[in-house]
Amino acid sequence: MTANISLPPVAEQSSPSHGHGERRWQDYFTFNTDHKVIGIQYMVMSFFFYLVGGLLAEGIRTELATPDPDLVDPALYNSMFTMHATIMIFLWIVPAGTGAFANYLIPLMIGARDMAFPKLNAVAFWMLPPAGVMLIGSFYFGTAQAGWTSYPPLSLTTGKVGEAIWIFSLLLGGTSSILGGINFMTTILKMRVPSMGMMQMPLFCWAMIATSALILIATPILAGALILLSFDLLAGTAFFNPTGGGHPVVYQHMFWFYSHPAVYIMVLPFFGIISEVIPIHSRKPIFGYGAIAYSSLAISFLGLIVWAHHMFTSGTPAWLRMFFMITTMIIAVPTGIKVFGWLATMWGGKISLNSPMLFAMGFLSTFVVGGISGVMLAAVPFDIHVHDTYFVVAHLHYVLFGGSVFGIFTGIYHWYPKAIGRMYSEFWGRVHFVMTFVGFNVTFLPMHILGLQGMPRRIAMYAPEFQTLNQVCTWGSYLLAVSTVPFLVNALWCWFKGEKAPDNPWNALTFEWMTSSPPEIENFEVLPVLTTGPYDYGVEEEEHLATIAS
Amino acid sequence: MTSIPNSILTLVAGILLTVVSLWYGYNNGLMPVAASVEATHVDALFNAMMAIATGLFIIVQGVIVYSAIMFRRKKGDDTDGPAIEGNVPLEIFWTAIPAAIVLWISIYSFEIYGEMGGFDPSAANDMHAMHGGKNSAMAAEMPGMDMKAMEGMTASGIGASPASQGKEAAVNVNVTGLQYAWIFNYPNTNITAGELHVPVNQEVKLTLKANDVIHALWIPQLRLKQDTIPGEITQLRFTSNKVGTYPIRCAELCGGYHGSMVTNMIVETQENYDTWVASQIQPAETTGSAVMQSTLASIESMNPATMPTHEYLAPYAHEMGVRTEMLAKLVRDQQAKNHIHLDS
Ligand code: HEM
Ligand SMILES: [Cu+2]
Ligand SMILES: [Cu+2]
Repeated sequence: MTANISLPPVAEQSSPSHGHGERRWQDYFTFNTDHKVIGIQYMVMSFFFYLVGGLLAEGIRTELATPDPDLVDPALYNSMFTMHATIMIFLWIVPAGTGAFANYLIPLMIGARDMAFPKLNAVAFWMLPPAGVMLIGSFYFGTAQAGWTSYPPLSLTTGKVGEAIWIFSLLLGGTSSILGGINFMTTILKMRVPSMGMMQMPLFCWAMIATSALILIATPILAGALILLSFDLLAGTAFFNPTGGGHPVVYQHMFWFYSHPAVYIMVLPFFGIISEVIPIHSRKPIFGYGAIAYSSLAISFLGLIVWAHHMFTSGTPAWLRMFFMITTMIIAVPTGIKVFGWLATMWGGKISLNSPMLFAMGFLSTFVVGGISGVMLAAVPFDIHVHDTYFVVAHLHYVLFGGSVFGIFTGIYHWYPKAIGRMYSEFWGRVHFVMTFVGFNVTFLPMHILGLQGMPRRIAMYAPEFQTLNQVCTWGSYLLAVSTVPFLVNALWCWFKGEKAPDNPWNALTFEWMTSSPPEIENFEVLPVLTTGPYDYGVEEEEHLATIAS
Repeated sequence: MTSIPNSILTLVAGILLTVVSLWYGYNNGLMPVAASVEATHVDALFNAMMAIATGLFIIVQGVIVYSAIMFRRKKGDDTDGPAIEGNVPLEIFWTAIPAAIVLWISIYSFEIYGEMGGFDPSAANDMHAMHGGKNSAMAAEMPGMDMKAMEGMTASGIGASPASQGKEAAVNVNVTGLQYAWIFNYPNTNITAGELHVPVNQEVKLTLKANDVIHALWIPQLRLKQDTIPGEITQLRFTSNKVGTYPIRCAELCGGYHGSMVTNMIVETQENYDTWVASQIQPAETTGSAVMQSTLASIESMNPATMPTHEYLAPYAHEMGVRTEMLAKLVRDQQAKNHIHLDS
């Protein structure tokens, strides 16, 4: 990675007025094929759904402030957590990670002018708003109530219309995700500038290769499960329906064959983002580029053979429980390699505690807790006790909120100056971080104890002895809700009134920083040439000069 | 002051870390009472994992906080840090250590799973693998099918612990999960109850089935949980060693009142248990249990999907252990929703 020369100052070559590089606001509401427009469309749309999902979460927490089901009807309560999870997963984290960041960043990072299939890209995006509208609209008909896992036979008995809408929205979302996966894979493999070999790619691209592979292998199985479920629901077949001779556990296998990989689809892009952000703000090269790149692939492979760890208390035989325990345990190893690599990158660096770096460190801190509880859950005897309890709720929020959502904010702050062309307010960014970090831990840490002590998940009424801890969680969730205010104000205010951002405010080395902020329509006036590795911070100046000469 | 060499500092930190981790791991107090030997085994595994978890947690959070303080960029320093791109021995080290840890946890879990009875051949096999072809025909008859027909089939779940494998359990109970109640039937005495009574220090075998949707029988104090699946039988075997009343909670989402699908397990001395059995058998000739039986039969034949909750719930309020206010509220809710007038 050291065989590099200094950069041609691309930004300086471009016309100072950016005359033809500007977007009109109307473009964002059209079927536009520019990957940057699509990236921002994804981000704004998914953030909107985050607010919707968050509102539902606050409703859930308010219901749980008391042991009795006194806020909403228990059936509506089930609809609320079903929609909360579905929206958060399929309309917030997946579109924000694989839609927004991957679309916006991949072509810029590899020196391409757009994605490989720009029209397909726009189609993929425009499948999501109808899916979201259908889901939210289904509250009018009585939404799905069987949880985001939608196990039959329950999901076949809770109301046809809502369940059918749920299935079709997910099929739309899944298709959109597959189209995205094809596009990312092709773009990364085929459209890099000629000077960029695989091992000179920014690590975010490696993460997206791993993510896309998972999407392409696993999502079709989800589609299969959902289509069969819809036949059972609407046509009276009995694939999964025991009254007709079907087998409900088969659905669980098919569902988790997708949905365990899905948790990595939801976190690998953020592993990529963290690998970009930590070196830049620590002013040090990434520690162990190869290990971090290859561990993404290892996670992606192992992620395909661990699904039945969600079924340890289901109708599963002992050998299967043991096999999936061991594979699940092993996945902690490549995950650990990454975490230690990031820690070693920070060690001895010159760290700026700005908003993206704070969120990245918050990511590390919370994700590790989720990883540790994940390993504990993999131990079958222990999982039999805590499966389907609040312990699992705590685990999944430590990885999905502490991991993915912290990752999203890391990315938003880090690339905000690039995408918007203005600086965000550092002060309010830090306030946002502190409120989010505290609110998050107050909300979710006590849930571990609740689960261990005996509180099942997905219940609207619980034993009075659990009330105190539940109230702590509820107050934490209110703090989390308020924490979005400084973020929203900051992001919106600075969008129009922020200080103009330079092209490369972080002195970074990857290509997206070598063009104007925001980048012009086709990204680069002159395509950039690879002259340094993506993370060559502190590599001697002379070394660079020496290579220019050769 | 003479400075202390780095290696000694590291050693002291390492010892401290180990002590703190072990102390917290083995004194975490996070689990409820353990009411069986198997539960004690699970707790031993949990404590060991907590000790490891505490150590890892402290190391990682420690490095993050230490870096944030010690390696903070000084104002005005715009230079880069040292260009360290990796260190292969170090990377091998932090690949090997976690690998060893998870391997150890796997082996330990394997052992404990065996102690609990996970490998009992009568529970360890996949019933569907064994009854392959006939599977769907059999499942088709399931809803009305009585437990006798399924006896002798292997069921997945937790079986007998190694010492009592191959032997019959002292107490057999057939458990039916239905929205939103647990029904316990003692085949030898034909007692049917809404609460699970078991004698202390005797091996109990639960044979589980579900009537409508999937439920999961969870007894936190035994650290045991098993899904009940329509069209399939599952089992749990355990020996409780502490007299007491413990909650049984449904742990698999089964509908609106999933959270109220709660009852008790009463572990009592053999004498008290016998007294209870006698008290239950007696009224069988008269009315009580007969009514109970017919109610049970009618409940089991109902299709909850087509029926307002309270209708089939009402006769069972007591057995289910649902608080009466809850039931009243439930009925009110339903009335408001369906505009049905319920004369009770
Ligand atoms: C070291 C890595 C991890 C391990 C060993 C692990 C292990 C597990 C296990 C064994 C379960 C099943 C618990 C149960 O239901 O009884 C589980 C649940 C879950 N995990 Fe992880 N996990 C890891 C990382 C992640 C990551 C990275 C994510 C997402 C970003 C994630 C998201 C989830 C979710 C959403 C569930 C709950 C699913 C549900 O039942 O609704 N996990 N994890
Ligand atoms: Cu999983
Ligand atoms: Cu239930």
